[in-house]
Amino acid sequence: MRVEHELHARRRGRNIGVGLLLGAFIAIIFGLTVVKVLSLGDVRKFESFDHAPRPQLVPAEAPAAAEGAQ
Amino acid sequence: MNFTGAATVARTGMNGHTMSDASLDSAVTAPGEAGLGDYFALLKPRVMSLVVFTALVGLLAAPVPVHPFVAFVAILCIAVGAGASGALNMWWDADIDAVMRRTAKRPIPAGKVAAAEALGLGLALSGFAVVLLFLATNWLAAGLLAFTIFFYAVVYSMWLKRATPQNIVIGGAAGAFPPMIGWAVATGGVSVESALMFALIFMWTPPHFWALALFVRTDYGDAGVPMLTETHGRRVTRNHVLGYTLPLVPVALGLGFTSIGGPVYLAVSVVLNIRFLLGAWAVWRRDETQAEADGYASEKRLFRLSLSYLFLHFGALLAEAVLRFYGLSVMPW
Repeated sequence: MRVEHELHARRRGRNIGVGLLLGAFIAIIFGLTVVKVLSLGDVRKFESFDHAPRPQLVPAEAPAAAEGAQ
Repeated sequence: MNFTGAATVARTGMNGHTMSDASLDSAVTAPGEAGLGDYFALLKPRVMSLVVFTALVGLLAAPVPVHPFVAFVAILCIAVGAGASGALNMWWDADIDAVMRRTAKRPIPAGKVAAAEALGLGLALSGFAVVLLFLATNWLAAGLLAFTIFFYAVVYSMWLKRATPQNIVIGGAAGAFPPMIGWAVATGGVSVESALMFALIFMWTPPHFWALALFVRTDYGDAGVPMLTETHGRRVTRNHVLGYTLPLVPVALGLGFTSIGGPVYLAVSVVLNIRFLLGAWAVWRRDETQAEADGYASEKRLFRLSLSYLFLHFGALLAEAVLRFYGLSVMPW
């Protein structure tokens, strides 16, 4: 017969608790990251902020304006 | 020294058990072998509930909307910070907790958690709460939380609690910061509204606690903690109850005329303050003979009223915030 001491039950409870707390911590940091990134708005602002020229990010000029210039 | 004495208590337990037989006794635990509930008890969960409520009202009453998840994390950080200061308080006060009947069953004097563990938990949670609050919100909110923990653990617990009978007034300041932190989370600043919310709790604490001290016989004196009822007598304590209630009234009513007040808050506040003032007056005008004759009825009534006083004031601020959110607020000013 295997008798479990109260100490083991307490340890198991503590281990499960610490595991759950660590899981909650990861969820909080992940959730906070998602919220912070989504609140940044238009992501193109940051893509163009890497000091590399990206012509596709420059708004196209209106055709009428281009003709007027000729 | 405090720490050494507390560690001895934790090591041997209240009933004199030694470490060798601790593992066989569920009441006395070897260091590091406490249950999760024992560590949770170090955080003073009942105090935490008041902190969470007032901080949440401070956050929701602010005119700047906060993302619900950020608000949740902020309130969590404030609650954990409050818990951390509770653990630090229990570490420092373990020697007097062991002497007093009300606190003798706390985890450290009961021998369930070692004093050093409480210190480690308190410091770790303090750092965690302050850093995460800074990352989630702003430096002011995190700085206020750090100051609150420092104020409660160092200024109140270590320095003034055992030095002056005005300790409860100073301790009240630590409990008054949460709505100010909640406000700072949303706005990133301090304003007259958040200062008045602070003042409301600060001025409320002395009459609340001293009304209790008048009818509950504590053993603070045996533990060497000066209490006004014992150092200056009950007459002086009654004077102090009324003395702190008088400035509390304009603070509470004044909050109603700020941007977070309104007719609902004012109506609630007027009724509560009239009742509180009458209650404090009744406690002030009688002596011990009269109080003993009716079993401290007026003192007990004032204490019960003080509980609902604070809850309903912050509840009314929350109601005003909800009304504003739905565009139903009627603000003549």
